[in-house]
Amino acid sequence: MNTGKRQKQRKVLLMGKSGAGKSSMRSIVFSNYVAKDVRRLGATIDVEHSNIKFMGNLMLNLWDCGGQDGFVENYLTHQRNHVFGSVAVLIFVFDIESREFQADVVSYSNIIRALEECSPQAKVFCLIHKMDLVQARLRAQLFEERVDYIRSASEGFKHTVDFFPTSIWDQSLYKAWTQIIYFLIPNAATIENLLQQLAEVIDARELILYERTTCLMVTHVTRGLEAQNPFTDRFERISSILKTHKQSMAKHTGIPAGNANFAEMQIKTGRFMFFITRLTENTNLAASIPPSEQVFNAARVNILLARPKFAELDIANKPRPGIQQAFAHSVESEGLPNETDFKGKGKEPSIGAEGSTFGA
Amino acid sequence: MDSPYVHSEARSAASSQHSPSRHDSEPGEDPQPGSSRLKPAAKLTLMRYFQDLQDADIPPSPVLPRFHTGRLPNSKAGDGKPRLLLMGQRRSGKSSISSVVFHKLPPSETLYLETTTRIKKESMHSFMDFQVWDFPGHLDYFDPAFDVDNIFDEIGALIWVIDAQDEYLDAIMRLNTTILNLQHSYPNINVEVFVHKVDGLSEDYKSDTFRDIIQRVQDELSDAGYENAPVSFYQTSIYDHSIFEAFSKVIQKLIPQLPTLESLLDSLCVNCRIEKAYLFDVLSKIYIATDTAPTDIGSYEICSDYIDVVVDVSEIYGWDRPAENGQLEDADINETGNNDAESLITMERKGNNYLYLREINKYLALICLMGNDSPAEKKALIDYNVGVFQEALAQVFPRGEK
Repeated sequence: MNTGKRQKQRKVLLMGKSGAGKSSMRSIVFSNYVAKDVRRLGATIDVEHSNIKFMGNLMLNLWDCGGQDGFVENYLTHQRNHVFGSVAVLIFVFDIESREFQADVVSYSNIIRALEECSPQAKVFCLIHKMDLVQARLRAQLFEERVDYIRSASEGFKHTVDFFPTSIWDQSLYKAWTQIIYFLIPNAATIENLLQQLAEVIDARELILYERTTCLMVTHVTRGLEAQNPFTDRFERISSILKTHKQSMAKHTGIPAGNANFAEMQIKTGRFMFFITRLTENTNLAASIPPSEQVFNAARVNILLARPKFAELDIANKPRPGIQQAFAHSVESEGLPNETDFKGKGKEPSIGAEGSTFGA
Repeated sequence: MDSPYVHSEARSAASSQHSPSRHDSEPGEDPQPGSSRLKPAAKLTLMRYFQDLQDADIPPSPVLPRFHTGRLPNSKAGDGKPRLLLMGQRRSGKSSISSVVFHKLPPSETLYLETTTRIKKESMHSFMDFQVWDFPGHLDYFDPAFDVDNIFDEIGALIWVIDAQDEYLDAIMRLNTTILNLQHSYPNINVEVFVHKVDGLSEDYKSDTFRDIIQRVQDELSDAGYENAPVSFYQTSIYDHSIFEAFSKVIQKLIPQLPTLESLLDSLCVNCRIEKAYLFDVLSKIYIATDTAPTDIGSYEICSDYIDVVVDVSEIYGWDRPAENGQLEDADINETGNNDAESLITMERKGNNYLYLREINKYLALICLMGNDSPAEKKALIDYNVGVFQEALAQVFPRGEK
């Protein structure tokens, strides 16, 4: 491991009323809990810090702030600068079932004011949580009402705050967190660029980049007809499928859930081929490709060859000379050729040239 | 017996070549009107079938079904639809069982099921057809007004559900009355006792209760002069996989071809160094056969969860694409040469072990837990042997290969 690399620390505050579901959410997303396990969680006392390494160079410094009034009072007074200083993201969780919604919003306003004072650059996400408790047909309407009300109380963040309906019992939680993570990743555009090129080279219908431990999507590339896929929530669905599978494997093999990663998964049918493989130390790449054994094998080899390039990105803090050629053309290859054949063959996508532009 | 499987790697290159067009046109059997939600999945190769087809008919088989229990099947000649009867005291969990197993209802929602007031008949349409009859608990079926023959005539198995968290003495009494009544007219019915709702009991108490129930049933039966009654016992709960496992075993007894399937699987396991192989019914996740190596519930659960992953992903990406440059698509399929779904997972921390899934026909999938000494490089050999297995199975089960 490159120990010399500088890690980007991002401070994330997780706040909201006591019992709103902050710690449950955190345990499911980051600690491999299943939804029904969260019953075991107790109240959070003061602030629970956790550091989560994400995508190699991003360190999430997550502050799970206990929501009882006493603690909140304390954050706003004695610890004001300590808690609200240099915050990158504030995630505020509202309980949709809360009986004192007005009071929740008042407390929210206070926190927003403190945030504006100490770190005006921060981004605010509001999660309207426990949506599963509302009848399905009322959900959209109720959500809109709450959003309007909360937005009007958002002071200086009125125009930038984002809202998500969430529930730990379905994939909406992943949807919200995916957006949050995407916002936090420093070099998302570069990664996307590189993925796009990779997708073209291996003729993939879709590429999805996942973080390994949380199964959260980092970014995806969709090409051609796949954009019409009727399952628009497929990314969250895959996140939750993978997570469930991880838990099942952990349970039956005795490996701790954090380590129950698969090296590779392949699914081949007459309509599509799909595989997930490791890309970098912290990410997995899922690829959906046309049903052809040739394309499949070529894609696997190409992804293997592209790994160093992405590993580079993980550490992307100082400009480095780009690694010469990472890909080769899939169409020209047959079966599974050896790696040396690949290098220097086919049209070079201009990755090497771009490499020098990745900078801190 | 000469094994059809290949042993050496030499011939592994001749990997399975199946007629590519087998699954191209799914014939007949249009989805029901109410099933529109399932449409994309229904069109997959990994076929989901529809359970609620009432009058599905059986293809004629040249071999007369023989039941491996050595007893004659308790059914009218020509009618191969074994019937499963769910009986027991009221509120013992019969309807919950049938909803969870056959309708994929989440276990937590069985709380809201209403009391069953009349016999609910459900047809399962799968590798073999069978009917599940859910009986209201309060019914006295030995009332003379009741057409007993009509009910018990064709049943393959009687499943008696006992609530392990409740007083079970009454339930046992009624069970024994039923067994004794049936003994004379229908001696060939398998009686399967599900000691249900064991999830709420502590480990010790659970096995005590289980043993107590077995003891009481057997004692009372032998007191009544009925020795060696064909009664089996299972501990079940809808909150884990035990109910599926129990159902698997019940249904296996009704499959006449079971010994053949088992020996086919055994021979496959030996030749490919497979640790454990299951033949699963994809939708119900009941396994209809496994090799004869000892089973543990853990490996069943891994396989069952694995099916979920494959089916879910297939649903997401198997949608009906608008014909993207038609000919090219066809060429691709020919080149693949194998249109059955297959999948494998290798784990990072588990050495060489991996999971392998292969679609066998419309309803069945073979799932193998690979052994340590069977590295993924030998997959071509395994592919070939599974192909051989698939052909053999097609002869055993003419169903599903249309």
